[in-house]
Amino acid sequence: MTTLARIDDLHISFGGVAAVSGLSFAVNAGEFLAVIGPNGAGKTTALRMMAGILRPDSGRIFFDDQDVTSLPAHARVRLGLGFTHQIVRPFYSFSTIENVMLAAGHRRTESPWRALFERSRQAARDKAAAILERIGLAEQITKSPRSLPLGQRKRLEVARAIALDPRLLLLDEPLAGLSSAEAATMADLIRTLPALGITVVLVEHNLGEVLRVADRIVVLDAGKVLAEGPPAEVMARADVREAYTGVV
Amino acid sequence: MSGYIASLVSVIGINMILALSLNIITGFCGQVSLGHAAFYGIGAYTAAYLSKLGVPLALTLPAGAAMAGLIGIVVGLTSLRVRHDFLAVTTMGIGFVFLGFVRKQKWLGAELGISGIPAPGLDPLVYALLIVAIAGLVIVFCVWTKRSWMGFAFDAVADDEDAARTVGINVPVYKLTAFGIGTALAGLAGGLYVYFARIILPDTFDFVQSIAILTMVVIGGSGSVWGVVASTIALTLLPEVSRAASDYRLLIFGAMLILVMRFSPGGLAAWARRYLARRQAA
Repeated sequence: MTTLARIDDLHISFGGVAAVSGLSFAVNAGEFLAVIGPNGAGKTTALRMMAGILRPDSGRIFFDDQDVTSLPAHARVRLGLGFTHQIVRPFYSFSTIENVMLAAGHRRTESPWRALFERSRQAARDKAAAILERIGLAEQITKSPRSLPLGQRKRLEVARAIALDPRLLLLDEPLAGLSSAEAATMADLIRTLPALGITVVLVEHNLGEVLRVADRIVVLDAGKVLAEGPPAEVMARADVREAYTGVV
Repeated sequence: MSGYIASLVSVIGINMILALSLNIITGFCGQVSLGHAAFYGIGAYTAAYLSKLGVPLALTLPAGAAMAGLIGIVVGLTSLRVRHDFLAVTTMGIGFVFLGFVRKQKWLGAELGISGIPAPGLDPLVYALLIVAIAGLVIVFCVWTKRSWMGFAFDAVADDEDAARTVGINVPVYKLTAFGIGTALAGLAGGLYVYFARIILPDTFDFVQSIAILTMVVIGGSGSVWGVVASTIALTLLPEVSRAASDYRLLIFGAMLILVMRFSPGGLAAWARRYLARRQAA
């Protein structure tokens, strides 16, 4: 299996407290990788460093064999590295479909001068409508994100990320705050992404859904990798159970 | 067209370019600027200085726009480090720095400004029509920009910069573009003003002027091209139709700002949209 992304010996501290120290793992092309761990393990911090939202104090991040450590977030997006926020951040002044259209037309906004001479929005609208249909938001396209319940806003966040045509999608707790039924629906939805050619890294606390949908798991504890491998194998380890639940 | 009407049309045209230029920065891209009159002044001083050296209008106007745009991009760099109220205070400081500078420069006339500026070489009526034509082009440019993907990206930056980054938008470059275009157009307005007034004083470009420009944008509806056009015409004509309105111009502008913020924060444009929606529903 080929490696699509790799993080190598990442370190980052906030106010002298190490959030991630010596973190290394690889993401294989086409897999559904879940990153789990107790609160404060450094999962979201690791994901935000991969996305370019946080800059590591040291260590390297590789995407498709390219060192992207110093690239800003928008440049990583353009290389095919998508990201969804833990707390959803739709553009509230846009309609639902406009949120996805902006992502669908991302090649047109690559530079302001190119964007100035690009006017047609039809192709982006068609692509956005198709994605929203597939993701179950076809009825909401003209609505403001403000009027959508949290579950639908989370789906909108995923729809916007898919519209960027990512090769690797980093999902930060997309099931957080959802009812169990909504979480199952969302998990089913994101489980289909590898079939679309999108490799997924999921940070999530909902262990039941993670174990159901992930191909492989990386367990973090105190800012470094404690274990990695197939879900059943990893969860059977005593050190993982102790770190995750506090019970041996 | 009488001389008075030509003069009035010229002032409306200059104010329109000025307000639309701020609308690109504040309305389109969401970057608050309380020092926009400084760029109006930079364009004016550049054009005035060059005109006294014998440089023709066809070169002084672009030179004023370029100088204001270049300095605008430098000032725009501050918008990459600060946001919202911090940016407002920073841009206000830029206005004071500009005034403090020109007031002390003898080669720019210091407190007395620059007088004896050569005539544009055009009949006042033709010059007024030139201003109107340029204002028309600026309107077309703003409408085009708003409907382009550049306008779409500006809207995203204005809405949520962090979310804009996650859809691949290079936020710093878009912000600098807005500052560059907006301040260059303000400089162009300054150049046009120079040949209209034939004298410039530092006080013409003070903080009150910055607030007057912002008032036109806010009352028209920040981000709306036609709202800003309408409010510029109305607010420029207001002191002309009433002596009292002229005497109490600042008081009236301030009261209008408060009323708009209280009852229609989206300005005239939002009010018009609500009115049309109600009519369609009825």
